Amino acid sequence: MGVASAIGAQGMVGVRPVVTESYHEDVVRAFMVAAMFWGIAAFAAGVYIAFQLAFPSLNLGLEWTTFGRLRPLHTSAAIFAFGGSALIGSSLYVVQRTCRAPLFGGAYLGWFVFLGYQLFIVMAATGYLLGLTQGKEYAEPEWYVDLWLTIVWVAYLIAFAGTLFKRREPHIYVANWFYLAFIITIAMLHIVNNVSIPVSFTGTKSYIVWAGVQDAMIQWWYGHNAVGFFLTAGFLGMMYYFIPKAAQRPVYSYRLSIVHFWALIFLYIWAGPHHLHYTALPDWTQTLGMVFSVVLWMPSWGGMINGIMTLSGAWDKLRTDPGLRFSVTAVGFYGMSTFEGPVMSVKAVNGLSHYTDWTIGHVHSGALGWVAFICFGMMYYLVPVLWNKKGLYSKALVEWHFWTATIGIVFYITAMWVSGIMQGLMWRAYDEYGFLQYSFVETVAAMHPYYVIRGTGGLLFLTGALFMAYNMFRTIRSAESNEPKSAVAAVAAE
Amino acid sequence: MKFSHAIIEKNVLLLAVLSLLTVSIGGLVQIVPLFTIESTIERVDGVRPYSPLELAGRNIYIREGCYLCHSQQIRTFKDEVERYGHYSLAAESMYDHPFQWGSKRTGPDLARVGGKYSNAWHVAHLNDPRALVPESIMPTYQFLNRPLKFEDYADHLKTLRIAGVPYTDEMVAEAVKDVRLQAGALPDADTAGLLARYPKARLGDFDGKPEEVTEMDALVAYLQMLGTLVDFTRINPEDVQQ
Repeated sequence: MGVASAIGAQGMVGVRPVVTESYHEDVVRAFMVAAMFWGIAAFAAGVYIAFQLAFPSLNLGLEWTTFGRLRPLHTSAAIFAFGGSALIGSSLYVVQRTCRAPLFGGAYLGWFVFLGYQLFIVMAATGYLLGLTQGKEYAEPEWYVDLWLTIVWVAYLIAFAGTLFKRREPHIYVANWFYLAFIITIAMLHIVNNVSIPVSFTGTKSYIVWAGVQDAMIQWWYGHNAVGFFLTAGFLGMMYYFIPKAAQRPVYSYRLSIVHFWALIFLYIWAGPHHLHYTALPDWTQTLGMVFSVVLWMPSWGGMINGIMTLSGAWDKLRTDPGLRFSVTAVGFYGMSTFEGPVMSVKAVNGLSHYTDWTIGHVHSGALGWVAFICFGMMYYLVPVLWNKKGLYSKALVEWHFWTATIGIVFYITAMWVSGIMQGLMWRAYDEYGFLQYSFVETVAAMHPYYVIRGTGGLLFLTGALFMAYNMFRTIRSAESNEPKSAVAAVAAE
Repeated sequence: MKFSHAIIEKNVLLLAVLSLLTVSIGGLVQIVPLFTIESTIERVDGVRPYSPLELAGRNIYIREGCYLCHSQQIRTFKDEVERYGHYSLAAESMYDHPFQWGSKRTGPDLARVGGKYSNAWHVAHLNDPRALVPESIMPTYQFLNRPLKFEDYADHLKTLRIAGVPYTDEMVAEAVKDVRLQAGALPDADTAGLLARYPKARLGDFDGKPEEVTEMDALVAYLQMLGTLVDFTRINPEDVQQ
């Protein structure tokens, strides 16, 4: 249990009362271990299904190991198990520190959120292998799992918002705006997208109440904002705490954080229809989706600028702090994929890119480059702090992790750019007589080398994560503790 | 008084409520009109609820995650219309709970695969895709040659009726029998009633095992009806415009 001392934040004056209550950090530690475990599980599943597309015999002819059942396992493990554990754990750490208040609801509520969330992951994952699915991407868990997640999520909201209520700082720090928007919006999306009627209350099967074109719109309103709020707003919250902490610099621009926060959460919600260009969704909805997706580029880059410019005057730390290098590279990938996204949402580009691997590459430049890297940066900072160690077991291993992972991402996204654009062009190619030039299966065969390269990239990324897990393990097990416990200073929003 | 953002960032409730309002607007504008604007779903003849056997097949399609590699949505492009058939109408998926338009074409679009291949082709292809298409990367699905569980399909139809699918009392009452009837497990029975309830339903024993109704039967029955309900030789494109 850490004891917060009364050191004021930068730019703040005055003597604060000494806080004697303990922060609840056991649950944060548990979430960090869970994030490491699920991360490796998610990356390993991803590597396996990537090679299934190159070598279909890896489907093994068993119903539990086909691509169709394992892909939701991979996406849910990456987004909800790895990303979710890192997000919830880091948010519970950040909210206590920046509010200088222990977790609302105490250890009981914290442990309920942890155990409840892990149970959700296990129920969802085992369901996928057995074929229990709603058939909606990134919302595959069946009705009983959805209900359980709703209960856990409300408990999480109570713990988080309750801590904000009890804060001893006058202002709510900017990281918490993003975490709070993430929690609220995910609740809204999850509930609306999953309204379903079970066939029997003792059975697993249910039917969603939405149908056809409306279901498509609601699904991608949900799906794109799982990206916008789970994979972006939440991780921006992480960025706004851990980059200033690691760089020991205040956030670059307070004004920019206000403007890009409200613009980002307003605009993101409109972007869903760009997943449905040229379909039976009405044109007006498609056009709205495209326009807002393009405008979204601006607040996205507002976040990137605020993150990167926070390093002004501290760029030398990138040489000495490889954890911070992960965080800053993450923001770079964030900038790149939030430029690529608006480009792909333009109907003329989407006509080529949609249904191809280009989309898969885009998702992974965000998921590996942004989400995973910002998590790695956070964990390299937080693990020694949480376990009260002087530092990481090995900085050299962090270097190895950084380069294997970065090269892995480059392999992955370049392979998908080439295969995606090539497949899109092959589908629409006409020969000199005016016939379609390629049969579908010829375009499948042409993908083979790129699927091998992509799988290799994934393998490199997984290898890097194994370096990290070993490094974390040795750090936690090391005998060198940091005496006395370091003082914690909150970075104020102004 | 000059507005200061400090008011919002000093009040949790205000921050939460304003955030919720801000994120609600886009969805309300894009989703609600799809339920109220009548031209969203075209008025075309032929679209009907799935027969119980087709519905069982559709549930297998969902269970196996087929939608992760196959789309069911033909876009309004010349090459797609030439490759797959008439572009998809919203009406064609109006009884789809959930929709299965998909987002990726690792394999070809299936919106109009119905009737393009024989039943025997589908069964052979599902058993071993590379026996028919050497370059295919699709998993094998021999395990579908097992009995279909369909005793509770009356409940499935009733559940969908609550969600708005116009299943009649007769359809619900006949659901279990209709599964056997459509799959050819009742060889001498009269199928006129089934075809009146579900026009254009494909009848027959799909997998060559007449004595039992298998998951393979259900999946092939579903694949063989995909995209066949609307008669595009009789539709005027202007009538179906949104």
